[in-house]
Amino acid sequence: MFKNHKYIAFETIVIKEVRRFVRIWVQTLVPPAITISLYFVIFGNLVGRRIGDMGGFDYMEFIIPGLIMMAVIQNSYSNVVSSFFSHKFQRSVEEVLVSPVPNAILLGGFIVGGMVRGLLVGAIVTGMALMFVDLQIQHPIITITVILLTAVVFSLAGFINALFANSFDDISIIPTFVLTPLIYLGGVFYSSSLLPPFWQTVSALNPIFYMVNTFRYGFLGVSDVSVGPAFVILVFFGVVLFSVCLMLLNRGTGLRS
Amino acid sequence: MTTAIAISDLTKIYANGFEALKGISLEVQQGDFFALLGPNGAGKSTTIGVLSTLVRKSSGTVEIFGKNVDSHVYETKLDLGVVPQEINFSQFERVKDIVMTQAGYYGMPRKLAAERCEKYLRKLDLWDKRNDRSRTLSGGMKRRLMIARALVHEPKLLILDEPTAGVDIELRKSMWEFLTELNESGTTIILTTHYLEEAEQLCRNIAIIDQGRIVENTSMRALLAALDKQTYIVDLAKPIETLPDWGDVPVTASLLDSHSFEITVAASLTMSGLFKLFLERGIEVSALRSKSNRLEQLFLGRLTDARGDVANV
Repeated sequence: MFKNHKYIAFETIVIKEVRRFVRIWVQTLVPPAITISLYFVIFGNLVGRRIGDMGGFDYMEFIIPGLIMMAVIQNSYSNVVSSFFSHKFQRSVEEVLVSPVPNAILLGGFIVGGMVRGLLVGAIVTGMALMFVDLQIQHPIITITVILLTAVVFSLAGFINALFANSFDDISIIPTFVLTPLIYLGGVFYSSSLLPPFWQTVSALNPIFYMVNTFRYGFLGVSDVSVGPAFVILVFFGVVLFSVCLMLLNRGTGLRS
Repeated sequence: MTTAIAISDLTKIYANGFEALKGISLEVQQGDFFALLGPNGAGKSTTIGVLSTLVRKSSGTVEIFGKNVDSHVYETKLDLGVVPQEINFSQFERVKDIVMTQAGYYGMPRKLAAERCEKYLRKLDLWDKRNDRSRTLSGGMKRRLMIARALVHEPKLLILDEPTAGVDIELRKSMWEFLTELNESGTTIILTTHYLEEAEQLCRNIAIIDQGRIVENTSMRALLAALDKQTYIVDLAKPIETLPDWGDVPVTASLLDSHSFEITVAASLTMSGLFKLFLERGIEVSALRSKSNRLEQLFLGRLTDARGDVANV
């Protein structure tokens, strides 16, 4: 029995995950940087000039927190779902399943791997944004906490998707038909105050709406929602998804026959 | 002697209702080189899957070195190394990273992991390939990589599920030597294979599994002692058109061509007796070789007997 075996196993999974997305950086790190830069140029610069102020800020400034959040959500999710499903598909997941790695450590390793990619892409996007505007962070602790929690929540969601996935189609359905609409309707490009009352109520049912607005509050000091309830929602989703992941792993869902 | 594996009343019913294991019980002693044989779909891989926890058993108990696999997860997994039938490592990773990562999963400190990684990659002739992507390896190298990976934590028990399938003869022989050496150094080995010659060469004890049941569980020596017939291919120095009359000697023979024939005789017949038989009938032999693997005959015989017993229940 090796001393610190759980920590070493955890570190091994994280290193393996980070090494994977760094090895294919052209697929994992470059595309989001290009896509988000296009958003900055087209929506922020060209279209944004005609829109004018949004929520009391220049339109470019207004959309930057949302775009960073969008990059973190998409990349945390896609890193875990594609990596873990790829392990399942190649059966290399058996390497870890036959070893004495506890399920919580296995889950934690993949989640941290997803977070690292999400946050790295978020940092790249932030760097791109600095080329367009002079960013000021009003509430650094809130900004960092909300981005970390968001990365955790979407890494966990990606893990559940990977557990149930049986084909590569199954790992693109949720991002395409669920995640992307929720992000676009989550107030990345507009303030909910522009919406009619009915759609404002509908927006309140979208968890990403709270994440984007809380993150924007961290940057700009303004938000369409209260920060407290937004944190409660984030922590709630984090705890529920973590529990579901662990339960599925303990049952062996999608992994053990 | 310590029991390496104790399986008791193990059953497995898959979600589709297929009953893969119908209450098997099996013991393998520490230090043994044990063969688990059976036709496709007999339950060999399911049994190995249960031992390695990739398959959840429906009922029964499994102990590895006296510890229950359900209640002593860490200890039993630490004692166990598994080489699966199918390639199951990432095709995009480097050879060395695959072995190092596996060591990490077992919680091995990096320095020790690096030493073990080098040790086993060298033993399995893969050290020169350590920085190559695994997908560039040949089929035989991929199998050896899986063995190196399974050994990196130096388990007391190694299970190999058809490790030499698709491997050329030369490599198979070198793998046999390696496994024999490993067994002699104290590692208990359980082997499933389709090459019955492999089991006969390597293993001391054997279990035959068929349709989810153990139909034979004995020593290799006792099993082979039960063999009562032996078949040879005889190459002739002078061609013949018809086979001679064998008289009262219990022989079955058939001409393959004018230069060779096949003959099945009682296993008790000595080589001298066999050659006397040929000389008395004017048959000049240029070469003689055993036709089929002895174990193969027994294996097929046992399966036929077992299926007959089940049908008669």
